[in-house]
Amino acid sequence: MNGVEAGGDAVIETRGLAKAFGDREALRGVSFAAHRGELLAVIGPNGAGKTTLLSILAGIRRPDAGSVSRPPGEIGWVPQQAALYRRLTVAENLRLFARLEKVPDPDASVEEMLAQTALEDRRDDQAGTLSGGNQQRINIAIGLLARPAVLLLDEPSAGLDPRQRERLWEFVLGLAGGGTTVIFSTHDLAEAERYGQRLLVLADGENLFDGTPPALHAAVPESGARDFEGAFVAFLRERGH
Amino acid sequence: MRWLFIKDLQILRRSPLLTILLIVYPIAIAVLIGFALSRGPEKPRVAFLNEIPAGTPLVINGQQLDITTAHSELCSRIDCVDVSSEQQARDMVKSGDVLAALILPKDFISNLESLASLTPSQPTVKVLVNEEDPVKAGLVNDRISTLINQANLKLSKKVTRLSATYLTLLLRGGHLSLLGQTLNILGLQNTQKILQSIQPELPKNSPFATDLARVINFARLARQNLDLATPLLSSIAHPIDVHKEVVSGSPPSLDAFAISVAATVTLMFVTVLLVAGSLALEREENAFARLTRGLVGKWALLGEKVLLGVVLSIVVTLVMLAGLSLFVHIDWSRFGLILLAIAAGGLGFAAFGAFIGAGAREVRASSLLAFMISLPVAFISLVESGTVSPALFDVIKVVRALFPFDAALDAMSGALDASGPALAMPLIHLAILGAAYGVLARIALRRFA
Repeated sequence: MNGVEAGGDAVIETRGLAKAFGDREALRGVSFAAHRGELLAVIGPNGAGKTTLLSILAGIRRPDAGSVSRPPGEIGWVPQQAALYRRLTVAENLRLFARLEKVPDPDASVEEMLAQTALEDRRDDQAGTLSGGNQQRINIAIGLLARPAVLLLDEPSAGLDPRQRERLWEFVLGLAGGGTTVIFSTHDLAEAERYGQRLLVLADGENLFDGTPPALHAAVPESGARDFEGAFVAFLRERGH
Repeated sequence: MRWLFIKDLQILRRSPLLTILLIVYPIAIAVLIGFALSRGPEKPRVAFLNEIPAGTPLVINGQQLDITTAHSELCSRIDCVDVSSEQQARDMVKSGDVLAALILPKDFISNLESLASLTPSQPTVKVLVNEEDPVKAGLVNDRISTLINQANLKLSKKVTRLSATYLTLLLRGGHLSLLGQTLNILGLQNTQKILQSIQPELPKNSPFATDLARVINFARLARQNLDLATPLLSSIAHPIDVHKEVVSGSPPSLDAFAISVAATVTLMFVTVLLVAGSLALEREENAFARLTRGLVGKWALLGEKVLLGVVLSIVVTLVMLAGLSLFVHIDWSRFGLILLAIAAGGLGFAAFGAFIGAGAREVRASSLLAFMISLPVAFISLVESGTVSPALFDVIKVVRALFPFDAALDAMSGALDASGPALAMPLIHLAILGAAYGVLARIALRRFA
């Protein structure tokens, strides 16, 4: 494992995270750190422990062992499926969560998020009537209401068409450019290579790799893989997965 | 087809809770309801206490009646439970083991025999009843009335024959033994003859003064006999009187009870379905994990759902009562108590709904589950004690105690009518159920997300 030592500007850091569900170990001693404005992609085969890791970082689950150092303030969490009320309007959803987040000026936050998501003209539409992509944008906007230093995205582009994905990643890149640390999990290796400044490769709950996409490619020089996906599969095979 | 069938069996085997709900629970409820219906109106259980000394013969009009046969005949119509003391009978009625208790007092036979004399004393049976609600009160009254009427019908035949001899005596004259003396009764027939014979010829200072004196004497006796005829005729119409004592329960009026049932059923369905569906919706909308990640505690979320249920149940039930008050009388001076009863019932049902919603985790499943559980429980709660076997009623009592319907119905009955059940116990019961189901719902939320 190419462990990355947490620098002074690490905003979130884990040490030896472990979690088991019955006999199955979902996480086994996972340690890493993420820095301000960084885009960290968590990838791995199904059942690798990606969602478990994100849910522990979000504070939804407690680890059996290990620790998480979180930044002061809120961590934004965006679940894979849009977590919003489909019978409420876009503005009502944002206002509700802004109030629950105890944001100082909920109405101003709602306007700001509507502007960021470019959904001002849909503000009075019920969320359930929006496309999956737009629902996901509201989903992310809700996660951003408390202006978190770290945003956790669990497979944010799942189920979106290419155009919706493009708009979503433009939005996320804008957030990272503003200093928000974004940790996202994905099955889409092209997406991970393209948007992830760093990769965290999990398999069977183990952290196998922590580095940049070119570094992963370089880690399997004799595989003959011509693209990132081939390199990733070769890497996993080499590590016995 | 075969593989699909096996697959479904495997799914059921791996979902024990679902299996219990879908198979075992309906069977259990069906058995309870089936027993309750089948044992209902046919043979009510009645405690029977015979205080008449053993071997006392019953003689009416010179005929000896067989008490043992009468007892057997009575017990073929009801399920007689022989008891040895009035206290035992009282306890069984109070606990609901029997519908009522029938007590034959020591002087029952002597009073019964006196019906065939000129100094009748009406025999009285004592009946102990438990009138938990007006439906049960009506049921008990019907049963006891039927039994007594059947007995009275038989006795009245005997007494009528005796009455006929007295009437013959009054008509034709003859001898009557009374208090050791033999009286010569002239009779209306002879009187008529005498009067007819003297009427045309009776001058002033008539020598028929003696006969006239006899007629006057007969008139006096006839008047006295007619005085005796009044209780005699009464005894013919209704030889045995019933002294009813309500051992426990003070039923409200039938109107108030019907309103209570309607209001409680409404309260139950509105609250349980609303809270169960509302909680399950948090999961279906994927909002639960987001909310409970730090924005809202799980207890707070449950509390909000219960509060929602209580507030809306108050609104809906009050609107319903207001609508009903157009047709039936509702004592609105008891508004505070009515509000308290609705709120307490709403609390119990809301907590129960939260448990269902947390357990079912899906809106449709929770709605189905709410109906599956609530409807039979409401039905079972209306089964009267004494109409089913004690063992079955014990099971029913446990089921009733575990669900809020029975307590909510008592609270509503007590709130709507001053003669209804006391409010304190149902309110405490509902508070306990509310707390218990709240804890169960919180436990179920562990696997909710």
